[in-house]
Amino acid sequence: MDSIKSLQVRRTLHQALSLGMIIVSALIIWKGLMCITGTESPVVVVLSESMEPGFRRGDILFLHMSRDPIRAGEIVVYNVDGRDIPIVHRVIKVHERRDTGEVDILTKGDNNDDDDISLYAGQPWLQRHHIMGRAVGFLPYVGWATIIMTEKPFIKYILIGVLGLLCITSKD
Amino acid sequence: MHSVMLRANALLTFSVTILALMCAMASLSDNFNSPSPTAQVQVLNIYRFQKKRNGDDEVSLTFNMSANLQSLFTWNTKQVFVFLAAEYETPKNALNQISLWDSILPSKEDAKFWIQTTNKYSFVDQGSNLQNKDFNLTLHWHVMPKTGKMFADKIAMTGFRLPETYR
Repeated sequence: MDSIKSLQVRRTLHQALSLGMIIVSALIIWKGLMCITGTESPVVVVLSESMEPGFRRGDILFLHMSRDPIRAGEIVVYNVDGRDIPIVHRVIKVHERRDTGEVDILTKGDNNDDDDISLYAGQPWLQRHHIMGRAVGFLPYVGWATIIMTEKPFIKYILIGVLGLLCITSKD
Repeated sequence: MHSVMLRANALLTFSVTILALMCAMASLSDNFNSPSPTAQVQVLNIYRFQKKRNGDDEVSLTFNMSANLQSLFTWNTKQVFVFLAAEYETPKNALNQISLWDSILPSKEDAKFWIQTTNKYSFVDQGSNLQNKDFNLTLHWHVMPKTGKMFADKIAMTGFRLPETYR
């Protein structure tokens, strides 16, 4: 009797441990990517149609932030103070100061008719510190998973429930 | 060991791995393409050149341009974004880049073109430095892949000197 009991305790511990390993390794990968790419969000999901047909809703972009100066034509992700959602648009104008190296940047979505001045919350230009990263790579469709889960939360709960159940009941 | 769930899991993992590998290979294959694009531009007319009310110089111009960017396209290319930028220095700014015109080239057939047009975006300086100013015209392109890494490059083309007087 005692040996069976200890076996069960062992199994539960083992399951908890492997679940912990999964969570921790996901965290390590994410934080590691943050260090390598130099941005706080190494991967973003495209949410709007403003860059179509290049980037569609649900595509994901890989970001990189180096010390290289921002130049026209680059696709940057920026976040204006007082707005929650970062925006992925292309740089169309750059004015770089000679003495301080500060830059004034203007962006525009490829699919939009107008530039982004109206999105800058009253500022005439974007500055360097608004830029979270520049897009360097692209993967289609993968972001749909997160879009569906944020817009239909019950799917997320069902998924987590089923995965948790599988985790507990699996004998392996 | 061979339950339905395990098999499904193995199948899913395998197919996702293969898919990821194929995406990586498609993106890597772009590196074997060594493109040789060509472009010429000619500024035809400065039809407006004035100081705005806030003191900044503004230029409106017409130009024609011919370009052949077909060699940029590979089987992994979704589209090429191309734009013409005016680039110049001023005492205040070490670099000013102003996109004058841009276009999306969805296919290889569209990548050989001739166009005569006016500047699509306003050409406004930060200040009043444009009289008698030399600027370079550069054609930039941004290759957007079906999957993987994006590429960008440019050709510096002929420059142009703005007139001494407003018109």
